Amino acid sequence: MSARVRAADVAVGTELPERVYPVTRADLVRYAGASGDLNPIHWSDRVATSVGLPGVIAHGMLTMGLAGRAVSDWAGDPAALVEYQVRFGRPVVVPDDDTGAEVTVRGRVAAVLDEGRVRVDLTVTSGGEKVLSLARAVVRLS
Amino acid sequence: MALDAGLVGRSYPPSAVYEVGRVKIAEFAAALGSSDPVHLDVEAARAAGHPDVVAPPTFAIALTLSAAGVVVADPDVDLDYSRVVHGEQRFVHHRPIRAGDRLVATPTIEAVRSMGGSDLLTTRVDVTTEDGEPVCSATSLLVARGEG
Repeated sequence: MSARVRAADVAVGTELPERVYPVTRADLVRYAGASGDLNPIHWSDRVATSVGLPGVIAHGMLTMGLAGRAVSDWAGDPAALVEYQVRFGRPVVVPDDDTGAEVTVRGRVAAVLDEGRVRVDLTVTSGGEKVLSLARAVVRLS
Repeated sequence: MALDAGLVGRSYPPSAVYEVGRVKIAEFAAALGSSDPVHLDVEAARAAGHPDVVAPPTFAIALTLSAAGVVVADPDVDLDYSRVVHGEQRFVHHRPIRAGDRLVATPTIEAVRSMGGSDLLTTRVDVTTEDGEPVCSATSLLVARGEG
């Protein structure tokens, strides 16, 4: 767990450390089991291509979860995220190899609210393309 | 095939009780690659001010996805699930989910609309303890893409 960020230490424009998370097919299987989302587009190329996808894609909720992890690791407490929302844009295609895909999370404090809360706007990309839009979290800092 | 606007506001009965286990929280955290001890170690969670290990902020989806499925399974909800993609997701947390919680999930249809041949359904699932303490709300936008 990282040290807690204090509200007094942040201002509009404060940037979160950039995080890069690898996502492999094994990660998709693990997330499917943990979340109960067994949709085969997240593990079967046959099914994924039959519905017009280029191949197996990551669960949108896995991408959202990874971006949330970047925020809670920065804030120092997962309970600090009091609101969190995303729009799923482009899918993260995960090739069937040892390296998989990468999800890159950048964040910036966009607004300072009351009661030690700040709004963090996130930019989440994979292969240079934005995969989430309107991704923002309200974080309560100590 | 448009969704009936009269569905807005329709609520469904609360789910069966979902008991949150420490192992499930650890499993979900591991699936996000997190080794934050507040997910894994009761003593670390208590040292951080929590009564037990706490779940990652998107953990509620493990309950709310199936609760939203109740809406999609409603015969009055004319949505072609084979064409559905997850458009948006939002969580509002009143407090973190933690091990030992006994939760119920109550779905409501918040909005329906059509856009460019696609049907859009917004569901909100309110998660409370079985005693009625608010824990979180999860709002999902499901998009059934139009043919062609």
